Amino acid sequence: MAISQYRLVFKHIDSPGYTRDIACYQKHGGYEMLKKGLAMGPAGIRDEVKKSQLRGRGGAGFPTGTKWSFIDPAKVTKPIYLICNADESEPGTFKDRQIIYKDPHQLIEGMILSCFANGVKLAYLYIRCEFTEGWKILETALAEAKAAGFLGKNILKSGYDLEIYVHRGAGAYICGEETGLIESLEGKRAYPRIKPPYFPAVLGLYMCPTIVNNVETLCNVKHIVEMGGDAYAKIGRPNNTGTRLLCVSGDVVRPGYYEFPCGALTLGQLIYDVCGGIRNGRKLKAVIPGGSSAKVLRAGETYKMKAKDIHGNMVDRDVKLEDLPMDFDSLAAAGSMAGSGGVIVMDDTRDMVECLANISTFYAHESCGQCTPCREGVLWLKKILARIADGHGKDEDPTLLKDVADRIAGRTICAFGEAASWPVQSFLGKFKEEFQLRIRRNGTAAKTDTVSLTH
Amino acid sequence: MSIPLHAGTENCVGPEKGEITPAFEKQSDELVSRYPVSKRSAVLPLLHLWQETFGYIGPRGVEWIAKKLSLQEIQVLELVTFYPWFRQKPYGKFHFRVCRTLPCALGGAGKTFAALQKLMNLKSDGHEGAMVSEDGRFSLEYSECLASCGTAPVVLRNDEFYEKVDEKRASDLVTGCR
Amino acid sequence: MNPWNHDVAKDEKDLVDVQVDGVWMQMPRGLNVVEVAHRAQKFIPHYCYHPKLSVVGNCRMCLFEMGTPKMGPDRKPVLGADGKPEIAWMPRPQIGCATNITPGMGIRTDSALVKDCRNGVMEFLLINHPLDCPICDQAGECKLQEYSVEYGTGASRFVENKVKKPKNVDLGERIVLDDERCILCSRCIRFSSEVMKDDVLGFVNRGSHSTLTAYPGKSFDNAYSLNTADICPVGALTSKDFRFQMRVWFLKETKSLCASCGTGCNVTIGSREGKVHRLTPRENEAVNSQWMCDFGRLNFHYLESKDRLHRPLLRAAGEQFPGTWADAIQRSVDGLKKVKPEEIAVVASSRLTLEELFVLKRLLAELGVNRVDTVPNPGQADNFLRSGDGNPNSRGTELLGLSSGGRKLGSWGTEIESGKIKALFVLGGEDLIASGLPASTLAKLDLLIASGILTNETTRLAHVVLPGAAFAEKTGSMVNVHGRLQRMTRAIAAPGEAREEWTILRDLRMALTGGNSFHSVEDVWKSMAAEVSQLSGLNWARIGDLGIQIESVAQAAGVKAG
Repeated sequence: MAISQYRLVFKHIDSPGYTRDIACYQKHGGYEMLKKGLAMGPAGIRDEVKKSQLRGRGGAGFPTGTKWSFIDPAKVTKPIYLICNADESEPGTFKDRQIIYKDPHQLIEGMILSCFANGVKLAYLYIRCEFTEGWKILETALAEAKAAGFLGKNILKSGYDLEIYVHRGAGAYICGEETGLIESLEGKRAYPRIKPPYFPAVLGLYMCPTIVNNVETLCNVKHIVEMGGDAYAKIGRPNNTGTRLLCVSGDVVRPGYYEFPCGALTLGQLIYDVCGGIRNGRKLKAVIPGGSSAKVLRAGETYKMKAKDIHGNMVDRDVKLEDLPMDFDSLAAAGSMAGSGGVIVMDDTRDMVECLANISTFYAHESCGQCTPCREGVLWLKKILARIADGHGKDEDPTLLKDVADRIAGRTICAFGEAASWPVQSFLGKFKEEFQLRIRRNGTAAKTDTVSLTH
Repeated sequence: MSIPLHAGTENCVGPEKGEITPAFEKQSDELVSRYPVSKRSAVLPLLHLWQETFGYIGPRGVEWIAKKLSLQEIQVLELVTFYPWFRQKPYGKFHFRVCRTLPCALGGAGKTFAALQKLMNLKSDGHEGAMVSEDGRFSLEYSECLASCGTAPVVLRNDEFYEKVDEKRASDLVTGCR
Repeated sequence: MNPWNHDVAKDEKDLVDVQVDGVWMQMPRGLNVVEVAHRAQKFIPHYCYHPKLSVVGNCRMCLFEMGTPKMGPDRKPVLGADGKPEIAWMPRPQIGCATNITPGMGIRTDSALVKDCRNGVMEFLLINHPLDCPICDQAGECKLQEYSVEYGTGASRFVENKVKKPKNVDLGERIVLDDERCILCSRCIRFSSEVMKDDVLGFVNRGSHSTLTAYPGKSFDNAYSLNTADICPVGALTSKDFRFQMRVWFLKETKSLCASCGTGCNVTIGSREGKVHRLTPRENEAVNSQWMCDFGRLNFHYLESKDRLHRPLLRAAGEQFPGTWADAIQRSVDGLKKVKPEEIAVVASSRLTLEELFVLKRLLAELGVNRVDTVPNPGQADNFLRSGDGNPNSRGTELLGLSSGGRKLGSWGTEIESGKIKALFVLGGEDLIASGLPASTLAKLDLLIASGILTNETTRLAHVVLPGAAFAEKTGSMVNVHGRLQRMTRAIAAPGEAREEWTILRDLRMALTGGNSFHSVEDVWKSMAAEVSQLSGLNWARIGDLGIQIESVAQAAGVKAG
């Protein structure tokens, strides 16, 4: 492996002898940052987080310090809540699972610090129920932390009280959307709220100011307290600071989870050096760089990107797919996104029609059904794609698919509309000939071993 | 604060029967107490508890939870039917969930599913809810992403999680059911 | 009464500048864009938005293009050549229902993007919707149908199988649900939950399979359930009473009042060829907002009852025979002339209009009859619209001094027995026997005249029966329990020879006292307005469709309590 990992959040994950109990965590310096943070005071922590330029790791990449700054604990009279979004459900993403199962106290410490920084007295850890052991691990870890005086009343005699409870989801992807998550936590169908007026920072859980942060984000807070915001901001690249947990799946030799400074390696390095290249000696065909809703990138593509020349002037530069830095801004410039860090790799035997049909099946299943374009449109997309994959495509289908997707994206209550449309728009845009070929060959499409994808 | 871990689904066949024991009541109350602002928040936890105790959530469960939380029954039913984890009918003693989302599909989840289906002697295609074997021993369904894409394909057997489940491993999982 | 009222500005004078489709105008601060566009005569179509319910923004039909003032480097708005702020348009459309106007906001309701949004939503809503308009009761007032014409394409690109859902679901006593027609706007759920506090409806399942239902075994039949059929923008919820009865476009619509209690909910009477087919609430924020109770809504079938009085009846040899109006009036006049004024008692009725009561008042004054009262009719009050007064015009009879709230009535039984009262004139279909007067007492009267709509125990004993007109069959005014004067308007003619009671009383008066003739009900109003101080200066035009407060609510309540 030419590029070495920078393990910050994953520092202890999988290290030999490291266990998830509090004793082991404390042996490795656990909860020392809580002591430091309590001494820094809420404003101190908030300042460091702001300086760190940490961006949310759940998918949207919104600056955490800014998100926090929407709520001023000094001015808010209502209770402020914090929810840890551990609903990890973006296909291709499995980083939070590692933290929860292998180093839960890191998350809890980061969460306590974040709660303290924002004047939160009651917080919930919303975990997907498919982590059938994960929630029990967290229950145990919270009990340990409480027994050790890191949670509950008068934490470490600081006068600060905090309760954290685990709340299990029940198999709905939409609970990853923060307002859907809040509705779910309120005991309702996870219908995302309209914004305006229901911005979580103003009208969140129980109509009170609420911060929803991803697992990885909260873990990073612990490290920011440890190293200071400025030092943290030196990791990675400007505006793309810190490390990034990358999850690689699909047709690579070594799928798995890795941690690198943000943007420190390119997509090519990730696939070929870190993950050992494409399986079975095949070639790369396509890669989804940030969870299944991110727009697909096609092997051989080049992207126009801004870069500084030797004189310091901004110039357009052609960047090949393999040379794309794995950070928020570069992937956005390539027309996709860093999203949740889930990289799905497809080799040259993969049928793009079936891959897209598979993705659309996911979104059709997960649409909450609240708003019209998503409820009706996403199932429609799935039905058309399943029909094409089954060999009954029509010449007008690609146009229709694009039209339907275009009329969902940007017109729904939440970002699910985009999440469901972007794959369709990008697969159709980049692999048009494959769709046309499949349609032309009606019924005689070569059935590859990817046939199961359409289920 | 730790609550006793519930039994898996092994005792869960049959008509949503079973006594509501004082221990169950106590567990419910503990769950409700985690939501000091709104009892309604406890619907999901109570649905989980009910399903883990009684196997599935029928009218009895919906009505018991509604009463417990001072809700209308429809407010509970709305959730039972929204969240795919909850079931309104009993599943098999061993319930298998096979992840079908892209990375698992690329890893051969379809073959795994087909193998399981054959081993369990289940008919129908499994796309509309779970298939249950005639003797009530097995049930099988596709699931959306289980968040372990790097070890595809993955399977949940009741609450146990299995990675890289190829056809051979699938066979082991079925024969390993006792 | 309503926590939302999105269509009502907090302060009509607190205005902000907004640009609607290129035109700058001033609109009240805080109104949402749907309401602002409406006021600007630029209709923004919508399904889930309802001004009286919470905003959920789920239908996405009210998407519009929004802009905000372009800011210069000095953080001040950049002004265009016209001196107005230049607008920076957002690429992403916004929903009008959840967007409140702010100063300098730009609103585009008819741009290419907006049209494409609407067209898209229409296509989405229709792909799984059955094409059963020919047998759908909503046809003619279906928003899906209307907007489809306006914003749709006319052809479907959908060739897949439609989602199957339950049809003909019996939701309760009065409502039927067709889930395939439902567009999941949630108006009915919000009405039940927010207005009625009755959580019985909800959505089950998810995504495209989401389905409206009542909890199995529970029925949706609260006292206001039919309002959901009104606010359902499509034919998903229909009234069992009205379905399959009449195509709505054949209905003549008449603005009138419900007469089933003292609230006087404003209604629209839908009638065709002399038959009332339905009542629907007509918006009046001072009275009933957009709602009415199911009881009042359905309380019109008696208009066609087999007990309906169609012709005057005259008693002879112990039996009643049909007669002409001339005979009936003559017989009444003869009978009344035979007794002294102090031997006459009159049961006025709080079911009559002010105009009818005023003619009666004139008649009684000219005759010198003082013994007059009304029969109280306690109703089933709820905490919403139903009043505890089952009569629609009790305040009217009190206003004209024709009622003592039934206190006088108590002694009339003994006075009839003792011969002090020899003639009794019972108006408005009041049934004294049902109110507790023994038939044997009434039998002692020399003369019993009864006017009414339906046969009852009292009319059966009467010497003269005068068939009157029901609420849908007459024009006039009433004062509700809150002191609001409101107009009712005739939708259909009374059946057979039945007549509006003011004309009966007018004819009786002419024959009895030679009193000046009223040519029309407006004439009656004019005389009444000149005489009754509370009505002075008022005319029908001023009362308008929504009525006018003639006593403060507190005053009305005080009078009632006193």
